[in-house]
Amino acid sequence: MPGLATLADALVAAPLPLAAINWHSFFFFLFAALACGFAVAVVAAENVVRMALYLVLSLGATAGLFFLAGAEFVGAMQLMIYVGGTLVLLVFGVMLTAQAPFVSIKGSGRDKVVAGVVGAMLLAVLLQAALSVKAWRAPAAGVVADPAATPIGMALVGVRVDEPGVGAPARNVRPGYLLPFEIVSIHLLVVLVGAAYLARAKRRKTPRAIEVAASVEPPASVAQHAAIGRERSRGGSVLAGGR
Amino acid sequence: MSFGLVSAVPLLGLITEPVSVAHYLVVGAIMFVCGIVCMAMKRNALGVLMGIELVLNGANVNFVAFASPYLQGQGSRSLGLDGQVIALFVILLAAAEAAVALAITLNFYNNHATVDVDRADDLKG
Repeated sequence: MPGLATLADALVAAPLPLAAINWHSFFFFLFAALACGFAVAVVAAENVVRMALYLVLSLGATAGLFFLAGAEFVGAMQLMIYVGGTLVLLVFGVMLTAQAPFVSIKGSGRDKVVAGVVGAMLLAVLLQAALSVKAWRAPAAGVVADPAATPIGMALVGVRVDEPGVGAPARNVRPGYLLPFEIVSIHLLVVLVGAAYLARAKRRKTPRAIEVAASVEPPASVAQHAAIGRERSRGGSVLAGGR
Repeated sequence: MSFGLVSAVPLLGLITEPVSVAHYLVVGAIMFVCGIVCMAMKRNALGVLMGIELVLNGANVNFVAFASPYLQGQGSRSLGLDGQVIALFVILLAAAEAAVALAITLNFYNNHATVDVDRADDLKG
C-alpha cells in the first residue's frame, strides 16, 4: 500500500524520531512545566479557592519530579503529607474564612508592578547562579540506583547503611539522624498541642463591672445577660459554631 | 535518520539529552520566586501561607536534585541520603508551620472578622 509506505517514510524522516527521545527528559519537562505553570497560576489567581486548587496541582507535579530524580520515598511523602495533609488543612482554612468579601482581595496595581520587577530580578540572579556551575550542567552517565527506602529508614534510627560500606574504619562512618529525628518528633508534638490550644473555642468572659452590677440589681441583670447572650451569639467563635 | 532539524530547533534538543542538576535548579528557582512574589503580593492571609508552601517546596526541589544519583555530572559528588532526609524534615516542618499559622489565622478571623493582612495593625506604634 503506497499510503502506508509514505507514512512510514514520513515517520522515519520526521524531525524527531521516537527512538531519539529521552523519555526521562520528556517526563521531566512535562512535570516541570506543570509545576512551574501552576506555581505562576497561584500568583496570578485572585480567587483564594482557585489558588488552593492550583497549589495542589503544582505540589503534585513536584512529587512527580521527585520520583524522576530517584527520591521515591520523598515523592510519596510529598503526596501524602503535603497534598494529602497540609493542603487539606489549608482548604479547610479557606472554607472557614471564605466570606464573600474575602474570597478575592485585590492588591493595588503599583504593588503588582513592584512585586513583578523584584521577582524578575531575583529570578535572574538565581538562574545565573544555577547555570554558571559546570558540574551541574553536565548530564549524568547511565547510573542505576537501588530504589529502596531501607537506607532512609535505617538512617532515621541512627544507622547509615548507604556509605561507606559496612566494615569501614569507625572515623569514616557518618552518624545517622536519630537525634534530629527525635527533635523533630518533639517539635511536631509541641506544635500540634500549640495549634490545638490556639484554635480552641474560647468562652468569652463576662466583664467584671457587669457582674458586680448584676449582683446589686437583680432586675437589671436579666436584661443585661440577655444582651450579652445576643452579642455572644453574633460575635461568637466560628469553630464553636457561635456557641 | 536525520538529526539536522533537531540541532536546528533548540527546544527539541532538550528532550533528546538527559537532564542534569541545573534543570532541577531552574524549576526550584521559578517556584521559589513565585512563592516570594505570592507572599509579598497577596493580601489574604491564606494566600501568604500558600506562598510559604511554594518557597519551601522550591527549596525541596533543590535538595532532592543535589541528592539524586541520576543527575550529577562526572567528577561531582551527590549529597546522597543527606539531601533526601533534609527534604523529609522540610516537609515535616512545613506541615507543622501550616498548622500553627492556620490556627493564628483563624484566631485573627474570630477577633477581627477579616483575613486581610493589611488590617492586622493592632501592634502598630
